[in-house]
Amino acid sequence: MDLTLKVWRQKNRESAGAMVTYPVKGISPDMSFLEMLDVLNEDLLRSGQDPIAFDHDCREGICGMCSLYINGRPHGPERGTTTCQLHMRHFNDGDTITIEPWRAAAFPVHKDLVVDRSAFDRIQQAGGYVSINTGGVPDANAIPIPKTIADKAFDAATCIGCGACVAACKNASAMLFVSAKVSQMAMLPQGKVEAKTRVENMVSQMDVEGFGACSNTGACAVECPVGISLENIAIMNREYLSAKATSENIA
Amino acid sequence: MILDSKIPEGPLAEKWDKHKFNVKLVNPANKRKYDVIVVGTGLAGASAAATLGELGYNVKAFCFQDSPRRAHSIAAQGGINAAKNYQNDGDSVFRLFYDTIKGGDYRAREANVYRLAQVSVDIIDQCVAQGVPFAREYGGLLANRSFGGAQVSRTFYARGQTGQQLLLGAYSALNRQIAYGKVKMYPRTEMLDLVMVDGKARGIVVRNLITGKIESHSAHAVVLATGGYGNVFFLSTNAMGSNATAAWRAHKKGALFANPCFTQIHPTCIPVSGDYQSKLTLMSESLRNDGRVWVPKTVEIAQRLRKGEIRVSDIKEEDRDYYLERKYPAFGNLVPRDVASRNAKLMCDEGRGVGASGLAVFLDFADAIKREGQPAIAAKYGNLFDMYAKITDENPYENPMRIYPAVHYTMGGLWVDYNLMTNIPGLYATGECNFSDHGANRLGASALMQGLADGYFVIPYTIGDYLAQNPTTKVTTDHPAFKEAEQAVIAKNNQLLSINGTRTVDDFHKALGLLMWDYCGMARNAEGLKFAKQEIRKLRDEFWRDVKVTGVNEELNITLEKANRVADFLELGELMVDDALNRNESCGGHFREEYQTPENEALRDDENYAYVAAWEFTGVGNEPVLHKEDLKFENVKLTQRSYK
Repeated sequence: MDLTLKVWRQKNRESAGAMVTYPVKGISPDMSFLEMLDVLNEDLLRSGQDPIAFDHDCREGICGMCSLYINGRPHGPERGTTTCQLHMRHFNDGDTITIEPWRAAAFPVHKDLVVDRSAFDRIQQAGGYVSINTGGVPDANAIPIPKTIADKAFDAATCIGCGACVAACKNASAMLFVSAKVSQMAMLPQGKVEAKTRVENMVSQMDVEGFGACSNTGACAVECPVGISLENIAIMNREYLSAKATSENIA
Repeated sequence: MILDSKIPEGPLAEKWDKHKFNVKLVNPANKRKYDVIVVGTGLAGASAAATLGELGYNVKAFCFQDSPRRAHSIAAQGGINAAKNYQNDGDSVFRLFYDTIKGGDYRAREANVYRLAQVSVDIIDQCVAQGVPFAREYGGLLANRSFGGAQVSRTFYARGQTGQQLLLGAYSALNRQIAYGKVKMYPRTEMLDLVMVDGKARGIVVRNLITGKIESHSAHAVVLATGGYGNVFFLSTNAMGSNATAAWRAHKKGALFANPCFTQIHPTCIPVSGDYQSKLTLMSESLRNDGRVWVPKTVEIAQRLRKGEIRVSDIKEEDRDYYLERKYPAFGNLVPRDVASRNAKLMCDEGRGVGASGLAVFLDFADAIKREGQPAIAAKYGNLFDMYAKITDENPYENPMRIYPAVHYTMGGLWVDYNLMTNIPGLYATGECNFSDHGANRLGASALMQGLADGYFVIPYTIGDYLAQNPTTKVTTDHPAFKEAEQAVIAKNNQLLSINGTRTVDDFHKALGLLMWDYCGMARNAEGLKFAKQEIRKLRDEFWRDVKVTGVNEELNITLEKANRVADFLELGELMVDDALNRNESCGGHFREEYQTPENEALRDDENYAYVAAWEFTGVGNEPVLHKEDLKFENVKLTQRSYK
């Protein structure tokens, strides 16, 4: 396959960026999207040009590091797929493909397609945990959890923290990301003890980071590569309202 | 140099408890006066950093990824072992210990492995308390499965994403300490050197991967939890960024590197599809619980299949060779990884491989689907089947999967004593980055166990023992040792940037990977290893003459990052070959063709090689010095492993 790529190039956080066009030739349909970019980068290097910086690591769809906005969609055209698991067979010979970084005020661009997602870490630091130390915990089977609840909590826990939900949202809202952790913890007995302060603190940090408000378009859930359900946002809203109504937050 | 493993005296079952009582404690009020550096935030690093923070130490944690949550532990699929005996099927601490020692082909330390089995039960309690959503039964209690050659069900799992859930648990504990200010986190920061003052590890030199700035950090102890070195092979199941640089540079500063030739080739990975391939994808070993491995019975049928003259469904049942079930009736498809991998290679070497390249065997679910129905199989393995379909564009519910072995895990690593301290005082190594627990072959679901055991339950005790015996006095990063290390790092970066040759870093990395795979992979022999050593040296010389690294240091420079890592792989690869050449026996993942039984099984030489080979660095291109730590087996009898 021969393709034309239009790629966002930006030297660093302070510089202005621009779209740059690159032709790529001889792409195999069995290549992953990132392997296609590897081929381009090798060509750029050989001709002495700066290769395109993009985040990636596991290339198995689980680490959440890859993050490309392909033809106007986070992680590209395939549903339920991260960029690293997107294969070139989903494109046609002669296609023009635009590749941009995540666009959100809370995700500043480091370089080219690499963005700063540390805001996500800070939201987790605001309360995405159970406050227990190592050791001195009860036997694992002393906390029975109905299978249906455990499975539902698991579904929420599979969020890979890639940020596609934010990139997909016209408001750059992080509600799907935050709600996945809040509802996982709210469903489990281990998380119930701190449920109120957790949701209050995480939502408050989300606002501090500059993410937008949620207007329930559902674009986030459509683009989520691991299928985090919109229901989590409803659960978080309920948790948030009841927490605020009876707030004990001393933080 | 005398290697002192510091294994405590006394009966095996009492060693750890006694040792915990005997270690010196740091006064609670003094803990805040000690700084500890933890490099790497996978299971071993995140759990250690969080726990040390909880205890009151000042922790600085580093990772090269953009967030600690992305460390490659996240990709572990199958599960985590623990001797809980929740299934009442005869498991015990001793049985897990025994299975691990035997699975490692008697090349691990008894005392370390026993401790691992002991603390395994605490790990599950800890993770559940954190909210890790393990699989459960309808009664609300935890589910288990049998895994990777174990005859008891001791593996706890979270669908095919156990590593992810465990890492997110450790990440949450780490986040809590970051919020409390007890851990300072440095993401996108790569360790490029170890700094020693008065013979002790006192800090590290790092590069900020966004700005390129070279910085130093000092501490009273340094913990390396930087994972394995499987990416020496270029193609492996490791993440693209997984590298050996931190461990290797510590080795160059004097830390011994143990058993580097012990690498694990995982039997069930998706086969290579082309030259552009950047990594290999693992299909969890749990698939072998229900999938049956086979190849066509004759070379002729295999050839016709490869040419497309017949389809899989045309091959009659009697023309299929379920070779693992045939050769190992007791364990069947569940033989340990090294055995399964070697047999897949044997089948392909005989010409009975499948797929276009002939380098694949079938993993067939037809019987399981017939027996349990497609929904039941989908519930167990759905995400793995989806992943397979996405990568290969084939439906594994209708056709058998094609699989082939791939480099997955490295049992070798920095030499550590019972306290997980290297031979450099104050330098610790935990998780995959040390050599200690898996011998010559790791059992499935044991990597997660070891990472968390080291981080949550071992290092918090043993590091205190060291710190309590050292003054709280700090060294500043103005110390000449730091300045010298910084200058060396800067000089190395400048050298890489100034070569401006013609070949890319990946080009060299692929060439090295091919050499390692062909001559130091699933089967090795003396002649091939000697050849590989010469070729690696040539390649390394060429790298330093002709590599092309563009850009400058003072920016996000992905090529410079890679160049540093590959430069180290080019040195480490040679040591792996040296070690493989030295070990004139076959054991676990190390299969020397000269040493095999008539049935092609690994032939150990306990008389001459029941030792840990710990190598001392003597300069690039110089022969390393071998130090031996004899392994004493007082609680298990060394036998020929048999899975028949």
